[in-house]
Amino acid sequence: MKILVCISRTPDTTAKIAFTENSTKFVSEGVQWIINPYDEWYALVRAIEMKEKDPSMLVHLVTVGAVDTEPVIRKALALGGDEAIRVDAEPGDAYQASCMIAEVARQGGYDLILTGKETIDQNGSAVAGMVAELLDVDMVSLAVALECSEGKAKVTREIEGGEEVYEVPLPVVISCQKGMAEARIPNMRGIMAARTKPLRVVAPTAVLPLTFTERYALPAAKVGVKLVAADQPEELVRLLHEEARII
Amino acid sequence: MRKRELSDKSPDNFLTNSIAMAVLTYVDLNEGLVRKSSLEALCYGSQLAERFGCPSEAIVLGSVSIDLAELGAYGVTRVHHVADGGLDVFDTRRHASIVAAMARAIGATTVVLSHSLNGRALGPRLSVRLQAGYVSGVTSLPEETEQFIIKRNVFSGKAQAEVSILSPVRVLTLQPNAFGIRRGAGQAEVITGTTPEDSGRVHHLETRKVTGSIPLGEAELVISGGRGLKGPEHWGLVEDLAGLGEAELVISGGRGLKGPEHWGLVEDLAGLIGAATACSRAVADAHWRPHHEHVGQTGLAIAPNLYFAIGISGAIQHLAGVNRSKVIVVINKDPEAPFFKAADYGIVGDAFEVMPRIIAAVRRLKAV
Repeated sequence: MKILVCISRTPDTTAKIAFTENSTKFVSEGVQWIINPYDEWYALVRAIEMKEKDPSMLVHLVTVGAVDTEPVIRKALALGGDEAIRVDAEPGDAYQASCMIAEVARQGGYDLILTGKETIDQNGSAVAGMVAELLDVDMVSLAVALECSEGKAKVTREIEGGEEVYEVPLPVVISCQKGMAEARIPNMRGIMAARTKPLRVVAPTAVLPLTFTERYALPAAKVGVKLVAADQPEELVRLLHEEARII
Repeated sequence: MRKRELSDKSPDNFLTNSIAMAVLTYVDLNEGLVRKSSLEALCYGSQLAERFGCPSEAIVLGSVSIDLAELGAYGVTRVHHVADGGLDVFDTRRHASIVAAMARAIGATTVVLSHSLNGRALGPRLSVRLQAGYVSGVTSLPEETEQFIIKRNVFSGKAQAEVSILSPVRVLTLQPNAFGIRRGAGQAEVITGTTPEDSGRVHHLETRKVTGSIPLGEAELVISGGRGLKGPEHWGLVEDLAGLGEAELVISGGRGLKGPEHWGLVEDLAGLIGAATACSRAVADAHWRPHHEHVGQTGLAIAPNLYFAIGISGAIQHLAGVNRSKVIVVINKDPEAPFFKAADYGIVGDAFEVMPRIIAAVRRLKAV
């Protein structure tokens, strides 16, 4: 069985978010880059867990990005996985990235493609569905549990106010979220092994994005907190009722 | 596998002034009822159609327990309903193929979905099928019709982006609670379609419902802390909104509450105002509260009308999940807690002294 895990590079969760060049470009100077947490903690770690149970499985990682994404790919390989593929392109939107991932998937013939539920920078939640549609295979989103056996995947997915369990034949694309696996940190052996794991660079597919980010904006700052004295909490209730008209 | 022809046109050739022929809104169901987030999507779709001077139509898949003609109140003129063929099982591939076929049949140039858990699964598939630019979590209508530019939240709510769609057809998912529901008069024409008996490969095995919980992502009021609505008897508060069964209020608590045994403070307030309950990551990780209540960057991102945080310091990761709330109230004994910078109202004080008095005051207010 072959698993493809889609890895995206994102700014660290505590990174300062700022824009330059007329608010069209993210300020990346001084930003610590990490593996998108949903890709790492849930998609990648689940694939590694499955391989630990069945060492005959092959786990490949794919990312779409320039050469500066390689440290993050090595970090992912330090957690696990047999090899990585980097599509040498800086995608303009999720569609462009998905077309390139789908091309890698077509050539590799994977049984299972895992993504995080979204990236923490673009928050698009788009790649899993687009890749599935490009490959014309099934897709289950927002999965919290996954088991594979005999050519089938048993997937538990979040629904509003609960969960649903499905059985889907492979191949299938699954977007993963909290619950899927326990986050882990790479050990020294993994870090050493990652240095020599194959990292293949492939040329991008000729495809154009369908959307364009015109500009970014930071949310307007709050005017400031209205503090209520701790010995008069009733005043807060009055403000919420009469001023904010919320309760 | 299907081979896709890739276009070599320059992006400029994609720019279009074409008038939308129709707007098609996908209506997501919850046990036969229309989700509140879908009502928002319908209203958004109808306003978009009005701007483009074209009809607003809707598509509903699966069995319903309401009269779909009533959706006319949200501005749609026609509702296409396909109920047979096992469509009660959510299958992204089948559902997307039917919605895409309908979009083509009516000449829809914009397909609107809510950014609900189902909507965000279908949107990307539709985008590929229709060769349509996809923007998810949309928070605004386009300001002009010549160039289709809309806003969405990025960087986990820490920034906003203006995105233009370059293709003639577009697929959007609408951020819940970003767009108000306007209910007018009017009846829609309901057109019933059929689809071949279950050709899908996805088999539904089981559904597990968390009883008494509110879909946080759609809730309008959040007081982050306790166990919330306490039971189905409070769902009336929610259903009043549109008579179609979605949550209106939610409440949240953090480590400052010192242990699950103190969650009564959260639950009492939530119960009084009909709110759902939420918690910080530390609380969920300590198993004081279930994980589905965790709001924040790696939990659920919410945008309620009220987020009432008790004993939560407001780390940047937590703020990312809640900073789109309309009013934020923070109760924390540490005056340096970063949450106060993001709050509208606050009390620097001990939750165990302050909260009982707040609950008593709300009780008096509600008794009037």
